[in-house]
Amino acid sequence: MSLRPTKAFHPYAMLAPTLVLLGLFSIVPLGVAFHRSFFAWDLLTPAEPVGFDNYRFLWSSGELLEVGWRTLAYSVVVVSASLTLGLALALALNREGRFYAFVRSAVFSAYVVSWVAVGLLWLWLLDPQAGLVARVTRGLGWTPVDWLGNPKVVLFTLAGVTVWKITGYAMVIFLAGLKDVPRSVLEAAALDGAGPWQRFHRIVWPLLRPTAAFVGTTSLILSFQAFDIVRVMTQGGPVRSSTIFVYAIYEQVFVNLRIGRASALTVVFFLLLVGLTGLQWRWWRNRPRAKTTL
Amino acid sequence: MALVAKPPTREDYAMRRSTSDRLVTLGLALVALLWVGPYLWMVATSFKSLDELVRAPAWPIPSHFRLDAYREVFATLPVWRYTLNTLVMAALIGALQAALALPAGYALAKLTFRGRRPAFLMVMACLMIPPQVTFVPVFMMLGPLGLVNTMTALVVPFAVSAFGTFLVRQALLAVPNELIEAARLDGAGELTIIYRILGPLVRPTLAAMFLFSFVYHYSDYFWPLMMTTDDHVRTLPVAIALLREQGTGVRWHIVMAGNVVLTLPVLVLFVLAQRRILRAVTARGLS
Repeated sequence: MSLRPTKAFHPYAMLAPTLVLLGLFSIVPLGVAFHRSFFAWDLLTPAEPVGFDNYRFLWSSGELLEVGWRTLAYSVVVVSASLTLGLALALALNREGRFYAFVRSAVFSAYVVSWVAVGLLWLWLLDPQAGLVARVTRGLGWTPVDWLGNPKVVLFTLAGVTVWKITGYAMVIFLAGLKDVPRSVLEAAALDGAGPWQRFHRIVWPLLRPTAAFVGTTSLILSFQAFDIVRVMTQGGPVRSSTIFVYAIYEQVFVNLRIGRASALTVVFFLLLVGLTGLQWRWWRNRPRAKTTL
Repeated sequence: MALVAKPPTREDYAMRRSTSDRLVTLGLALVALLWVGPYLWMVATSFKSLDELVRAPAWPIPSHFRLDAYREVFATLPVWRYTLNTLVMAALIGALQAALALPAGYALAKLTFRGRRPAFLMVMACLMIPPQVTFVPVFMMLGPLGLVNTMTALVVPFAVSAFGTFLVRQALLAVPNELIEAARLDGAGELTIIYRILGPLVRPTLAAMFLFSFVYHYSDYFWPLMMTTDDHVRTLPVAIALLREQGTGVRWHIVMAGNVVLTLPVLVLFVLAQRRILRAVTARGLS
């Protein structure tokens, strides 16, 4: 049941700022990116129409696939690790007491701190000469890994730092989900002889599955959009081995001055995000509810 | 004679439980160290001298607590101006989002009018368009208008939050129509109803929205990096990240001092408002 507006123009006036700004800064830019993706333009000389050349180049040079695979590898590691770790921590920390509260806060704090701070911090910790990690590794008599200088390792290092930063988010959402697991049911199951694993497998996990799907898809979309950590820690290197999607777009604009190619990459990136969001909305329908009936 | 295993006694269970409990506690202590350790290391490094950093980089405690690194950060960067820029930007964004989401959410939740469904769908569609998709075209649009390097370029693109509008609409759906009808009968105009009556009613939602958006934009690196090219309206995260790029490689005490300056206010806010921040984050996740 809705109300009639007192004046017919009222609802339009109320929505106007919101819709105009969303239009100008979300929808128009999409159109502009799509339009510019058919031009070659360096910001200085006039733009030239080139048809599908930008897309063709991205495909035939292998750029698109390389960047896409890298982004996917990074995201898969980030999502699976932060989900597993977040769930484990939520299960272990779902109880009263100062110590548990402290560990919860410590893990979650990294989610609140900025990406720049986290990037710089780990850059220093992982410094190959003077960094703490290399020192400790050497002290134990092992050869230190070149975390940021080895093209085969760097992407996973970035993923690891990302996991450090966002596991707190997964943990917090899982903890909220665990509130819906009725304690009485767990106790009854324990009395009936169900061990911890059985209780998790039969009672807790089925109730948490929608939460897990939600956290998983949300972190997947967010990790596809990762940029800050790449910019701060590796600038996409060495030899472009950590150039993931958004960094590749940035590089085309601000390093190569190729607006057309950047726009084409943006369009592809947007379509990928739409696909991922579709996936998320399928899960969203069975999203975690405030009350779960059992 | 069959060998009958003695059934485990209560003590056996208690023993087993306490060992596994102890293992879990040990694991959790390691987890705490893994998350708190880096912050402590950052603070410790920031109090060291360059000489000490080169000589004994793995020694955790600085021999003297030196403020040299902080002095250098404040001498090379106009830290206060950058902080002010960042605070003004984040506060403006948060306030505008709340102020604009209220009327829009009210129209979408409570009023009948032609085009309500398409308007709602447009808001929802914009949820799929993050800044990482729009920054190239927005940069191209703002350049010719002379708006790159202005507060406008930092604030206006975020003045409306599609998700915030959605959240406020959801919160307003729960408000009974009778309340609004009664206010109208008392002669209240629509603006009064929106800001004086409904605003306070959905305050928890607005507060969560503001807090989330403030913290997010205070720490944001991406958008200010793209939209600023000189230090006119540079924000703190961009400036601190530049410390490292200008650095000669070993001057980590200065980078870490800058990092403390960047992180400390957020950590203090986190300690003070942890419950609210948690609620804001879970509300976003579970609403």
